[in-house]
Amino acid sequence: MSASTHSPVLKHHFEDLGQQHACERLGIWMFLATEILFFGGIFGAYTVYRLWYPHEFVFASSHLNRLFATINTVFLITSSLTITLAIRSAKLGDRAALIRYLLITAALATAFMVVKGFEYAEDFHEHLVPGPSFSHEIEKEAVDKGLDPGKVQLFLCFYYIMTGIHGIHIIVGIGCILWLVWEAWRGTIPPENYSTVEVVSLYWHLVDAIWLFLMPLLYLAGAGYGAHH
Amino acid sequence: MSIAVTHRGPAAAPVPPEPAPAPVNYLNVSHTIWSWLFTVDHKRIGLLYLGSISVFFVIGGIFAALVRTNLLMPNGAFLSEDAYNRAFTAHGVMMLFFFLIPAVPGVMGNFFIPLMIGAKDLAFPKLNIASWYVFMIGATFSGWAVLVGGIDTGWTLYPPYSSRASQSNVLPGVMGVFISGFSSIMTGLNIMVTVHKMRAPGMTWGRLPLFVWSLYATSLIQLLATPVVAVTLVLLMVERAAGIGIFDPSIGGDPILFQHLFWFYSHPAVYIMILPGMGVVSEVLTCFSRKNIFGYHAVAWSSMGIAVVGFLLWAHHMFVAGISFYAALLFSLLSMLVAVPSAIKVFNWTATLYRGSITFHAPMLLSLGFLVLFTVGGLTGLFLATLGTDIHLHDTYFVVAHFHFVMVGGMVIAYMAAVHFWWPKMTGRMYSDWWSRVASVIMIVGFFLTFVPQFIMGYHGMPRRYPNYPQEFQILNVMSTAGSSVLGLGYLLPGIYLPLSLFFGKKVGANPWSATGLEWTTPSPPTVHNFEVTPIVVCGPYEYAIGVDQMGRGLPEPPGAQDDPSHRDGSTGPSGPMKKETEVVG
Ligand code: HEM
Ligand SMILES: [Cu+2]
Repeated sequence: MSASTHSPVLKHHFEDLGQQHACERLGIWMFLATEILFFGGIFGAYTVYRLWYPHEFVFASSHLNRLFATINTVFLITSSLTITLAIRSAKLGDRAALIRYLLITAALATAFMVVKGFEYAEDFHEHLVPGPSFSHEIEKEAVDKGLDPGKVQLFLCFYYIMTGIHGIHIIVGIGCILWLVWEAWRGTIPPENYSTVEVVSLYWHLVDAIWLFLMPLLYLAGAGYGAHH
Repeated sequence: MSIAVTHRGPAAAPVPPEPAPAPVNYLNVSHTIWSWLFTVDHKRIGLLYLGSISVFFVIGGIFAALVRTNLLMPNGAFLSEDAYNRAFTAHGVMMLFFFLIPAVPGVMGNFFIPLMIGAKDLAFPKLNIASWYVFMIGATFSGWAVLVGGIDTGWTLYPPYSSRASQSNVLPGVMGVFISGFSSIMTGLNIMVTVHKMRAPGMTWGRLPLFVWSLYATSLIQLLATPVVAVTLVLLMVERAAGIGIFDPSIGGDPILFQHLFWFYSHPAVYIMILPGMGVVSEVLTCFSRKNIFGYHAVAWSSMGIAVVGFLLWAHHMFVAGISFYAALLFSLLSMLVAVPSAIKVFNWTATLYRGSITFHAPMLLSLGFLVLFTVGGLTGLFLATLGTDIHLHDTYFVVAHFHFVMVGGMVIAYMAAVHFWWPKMTGRMYSDWWSRVASVIMIVGFFLTFVPQFIMGYHGMPRRYPNYPQEFQILNVMSTAGSSVLGLGYLLPGIYLPLSLFFGKKVGANPWSATGLEWTTPSPPTVHNFEVTPIVVCGPYEYAIGVDQMGRGLPEPPGAQDDPSHRDGSTGPSGPMKKETEVVG
């Protein structure tokens, strides 16, 4: 019997740690595939309407706050780096560094949600919401430009649903990272079992990657809108 | 071992031998309710699914009975029009999302995939029990929606009716379907990872039982299609809850988009419902005809073919919904394509039966029923996939009969076959052979009586989902309702003799059907960890011709052989001698 068979982190139904890690990795990749399809459905719907109503979408997009979004992009990209450093620390068995990098990642993710909160607050303040309380000024502006205010609201529906679902994913991610911190602190992430860190990091990279699609689709679509009109 | 013997050995006076302790198996290892509710044993989880989906099947069946009874009269027998809408919606939602989709993957998949590939458990046991809880939470939402008044949109939930106009409990109902979708994804993911990574030594892809192949293909669909309906339902819920929307035409949204997204899942979902049944039938037909399956690779790959092609057909549900003529043409053509892998399967099963030595136990009778009913259902699918005929048949009882032929005549029958085939393995007891045969025949006859009249009604133009109809259709409706009570009786019988078998049934050995799969090499019911030692697989899954199981060991006498007096030599049971090998091989 090889030494790894007796490892305390080996679950009873696996033959050895190699098999256990292979299962975990394959499992997370499959899960990511389902996530991509989940977002794929909504991206597909967005694309259809974007092609049908290009002017309204560009106009609506120009009302979003690109500064907040840019700051958030920086936060997320940095967090992708720190979680990768966490994997490295786990592999090297450097527990202190592992915990440190995980905490930085969680902090960056929290910062993202805080900024997002400010952004939503501002949007609500400006009545940048679809439905009965939709801003009269924007509605008038749209009509003046010969655009259909209904379709401007349609864009906003997408904006809230897409960023909302993404936000929920961030919150889940924060939970997973804090759980890793707890496990690392208890000492159940020895170097030969760093694949749990890897699994969470893959999820986190996906959340990051989806933001990198949301950013241009939602915020940058209307960039330079003023310049052309 | 040897130490224990010498220790007891010489001193022992003629003490009567102690009765052997009852073997520990997954059923008796512990008894508390918590040991079931917190179990991570895939076998127990399979039984949890068995219990819960049986309840949902009964609930769905009660609503079916309401609908059919109401249709006895041209003006509706006793339900208001509104109540009628709620009844058929409840029937559809319960049966589809809470019975058919989880039935075979949830019960037989959980229970038998690890046993069949020689693993100790599924790859993620905690995810597995979580999937059952998620399923139950979803069922609670939807069930609650039905209890407090029901949903009246039909199971397809088309907006803008479902998102705006409907006054019924769309929100909790949809929520339940949405949640149970995650359970479906979890089960699929678990099965796929297990099949990839946990096969016993020697269990190559080419030696996987066809049931495993079919569930692998099913899992692929569950994984790739369910997320799309999940996001669609999220959009629908937001639209309904917040009064804003993406499918709402009044702000430039498009209800047809919902149909695209919905059917992108729901067409593949019909294959989630039928592929597992095909897997069951492949196992049963070979076992009870004592022949190797004809064209193993063709059957295995046609499952994958169906899974892939199944993704390309969704818009054949929208031929009359306003898609472009060329799109309709394309989807019509692609729909024809899926008939190819389905037909491959039917031909291979038929060839397997050819010159086999067939015994007609309940699983076999049901599988033969499947063969006929699925073929009829699939062929009528081609009528619907043909543009011109679909315009005539769309949303008539012809469609109702079509999908009931595949889903009830196909999948429910296959599920029944699976229950009868594996019941002795799951419980260690055999049910009444005579009653099970009677029940099988009643099910098949009742099915024909119920649904053949519906083809005729539909062909003559009776629309589906209407509580009223012209007088001329009454006779056919009465026939159909009468048939449905025969069918109901057919379902009721196993509900009686199967539980009774738990107390009075004959105890069975490891391999009562003399089948070849690995699951038949462990005791019935299986021990907690499935196998004492990890099995080593040395041959393909259906070596009936040379009479060996997948570990290369001889098979016991098949059950039919006992009727033949020349075989009454008492050598039945798992340790019996090899089947008359020379005769078969020579
Ligand atoms: C193999 C298992 C199958 C199952 C379980 C199944 C199930 C269903 C269901 C549930 C519906 C009704 C949807 C609704 O409520 O509107 C349906 C409709 C339809 N099916 Fe199937 N089906 C199967 C095979 C096929 C095949 C092989 C084809 C074509 C080659 C096909 C073609 C169609 C078409 C075109 C419709 C739409 C008819 C209409 O609404 O006008 N089906 N099927
Ligand atoms: Cu279809």
